[in-house]
Amino acid sequence: MSIFNWFNWNRRRGSAPVARDRLKVLLEHEGMRGVKSDLLGLLRGEIVAVICRHVTVKPENVQVKMNRGATVSTLAIDIEIPA
Amino acid sequence: MAKVLVVTSGKGGVGKTTSTAALGAALAQSGETVVVVDFDVGLRNLDLVLGAERRVVFDFINVIQGTVKLSQALIRDKRLDTLWLLPASQTRDKDALTADGVARVITQLRQMFDWVICDSPAGIERGAMLAMRYADAAVIVTNPEVSSVRDSDRIIGLLDAKTEKAEKGEVIEKHLLITRYDAVRAGKGEMLSIEDVLEILSIPLVGVVPESQEALRASNIGAPVTLCSASSAPARAYCDAMRRLKGENVPMTIPSDPKRLFGKLFRRKAA
Repeated sequence: MSIFNWFNWNRRRGSAPVARDRLKVLLEHEGMRGVKSDLLGLLRGEIVAVICRHVTVKPENVQVKMNRGATVSTLAIDIEIPA
Repeated sequence: MAKVLVVTSGKGGVGKTTSTAALGAALAQSGETVVVVDFDVGLRNLDLVLGAERRVVFDFINVIQGTVKLSQALIRDKRLDTLWLLPASQTRDKDALTADGVARVITQLRQMFDWVICDSPAGIERGAMLAMRYADAAVIVTNPEVSSVRDSDRIIGLLDAKTEKAEKGEVIEKHLLITRYDAVRAGKGEMLSIEDVLEILSIPLVGVVPESQEALRASNIGAPVTLCSASSAPARAYCDAMRRLKGENVPMTIPSDPKRLFGKLFRRKAA
């Protein structure tokens, strides 16, 4: 398939898949419905506080992601530290 | 045994009031006694959608404050003997709705009707929280659109945490009602599909109501769509959803795009 065709196909496919993917990422992030809905926010806040004691980082450069699985969930922490 | 159902969504304008009126009327048409309760204090509209706006004298807040008896505030539908409305107040004081007051009225309504349907206001403020508080089951109204789906996810979380049932450690029954679904646009990939929404929200589907002129016409004339155009696509979708809520096993019909099969054949030929 040529690049031209791929672009054409992508456009014809519509924006629904983009909407679905954005929602999935967002809701995974907000995740943990209900009482624990602020768990990620809480973790993020405390992690940023600990890091900031030792290095200067911008809070927006700290990413905390939770991937929920059927049996195991993982927590990924990505911190960008300026050189 | 009466069942208390909350119709909720988080987001405004998705069709909560229209769905409350249609499901309430459909249940009443099937022989059940039904009361629909408007929780949208200050912005009541269920009376208008049901065509009873000129018959409102007393309201929910009057009953809570003990000014009038419950029977004085209830309005019987002119077309359906078994459908009743408890209108919301137009007062601007939202604190007039109290948890104790709502609990008391719901308990009374449980003894009088087979179904108590609570029409929730949008948002997650007092009115919305009290509308869901004493419910046995919830209908979550969602449009296939990002902001509506996100808000529904939030509401599902609140249903699992902030209702009386949840606090007792019981599970509140949840049903997803997708409204304003456009099969043509979903087919083209312009609108989230039913599968997408189900995968994201992961609660059981109770019905899919297609986008239709009939729903707008129904609210224009002040009659539930299941009454004023019973054979229309949205009316049939609401009737099926009603039967599923009653526990009947009704096969799910997803509105389909009539041009799609032809279009596919045509495209294939053209290519």
